[in-house]
Amino acid sequence: MNPVATPVFFYGLSIAAIVFAIAVITRKNAVHAALSLIGTLVSLAGLYLMLYAPFVAGVQIVLYAGGIMVLFLFVIMLVNLDQNIREIQFNKQWLVGLIAALSLGGLLLFVLRQGRSIFPVDQVAVLPEGSNTQMIGIALYGQYMLPFEIASLLLLVAIVGAVVMAKKRI
Amino acid sequence: MGEITTLHYLVVAAALLIIGTIGVLTRRNVVIILMSIELILNAVNLNLVAFSRLYGLHGQVFAIFVITDAAAEAAVGLGIIIAFFRNKETVNVDEADLLKW
Repeated sequence: MNPVATPVFFYGLSIAAIVFAIAVITRKNAVHAALSLIGTLVSLAGLYLMLYAPFVAGVQIVLYAGGIMVLFLFVIMLVNLDQNIREIQFNKQWLVGLIAALSLGGLLLFVLRQGRSIFPVDQVAVLPEGSNTQMIGIALYGQYMLPFEIASLLLLVAIVGAVVMAKKRI
Repeated sequence: MGEITTLHYLVVAAALLIIGTIGVLTRRNVVIILMSIELILNAVNLNLVAFSRLYGLHGQVFAIFVITDAAAEAAVGLGIIIAFFRNKETVNVDEADLLKW
């Protein structure tokens, strides 16, 4: 079955993702920024679905929008940001940072424009055979066994580190 | 509107990366700086998944590893924010100058 109205969904989702991302870095209130970040994450999950990656899209919504953003909102509640809203939101070197980042963006666009003949970025995708989740599971527990175990160790270290950091006295 | 190719996804990912970089470089609130780092990681993920459509499943597996890293980074980073707020009663990065003498 061929996908229907791909450009409409692509442009809608990517414009939503970029507008929400701009809202993340411009809002004064950190709670509004967190909610905008959830909008970006959900739009990106839609883009993953369009790229035939349903498992990554599900992980994105469950783990990012569900887990990490709840962590962010908890910390926003724990630290008192009432005074911060009345202060200046951008630091002194914001103009230099803006110019540097925008020139980096121009460089990236230039590289993509020049490299479209080197990278096969214009070729049409082949649809994967079989279930996506099953294939990812086989890859995770077969070829990527060692990185998978290292990731579990990393998470353990992160849990211990977060508790040590946030606790008053140990 | 024409066919949507991988290049379109790469341009969207580049835009998200640049927005995240601007957030990291210009904001004072450290919570929003961490959110900008999440934006950068998501741009990387979009690149990986877009290329996995061309070169097989490896990109999606790496995207899952990146999400794991993002979870670990958020947990440790927010723990540091809480410890910092307890000491200095602020969340502005330019007031974190104890080591700057």
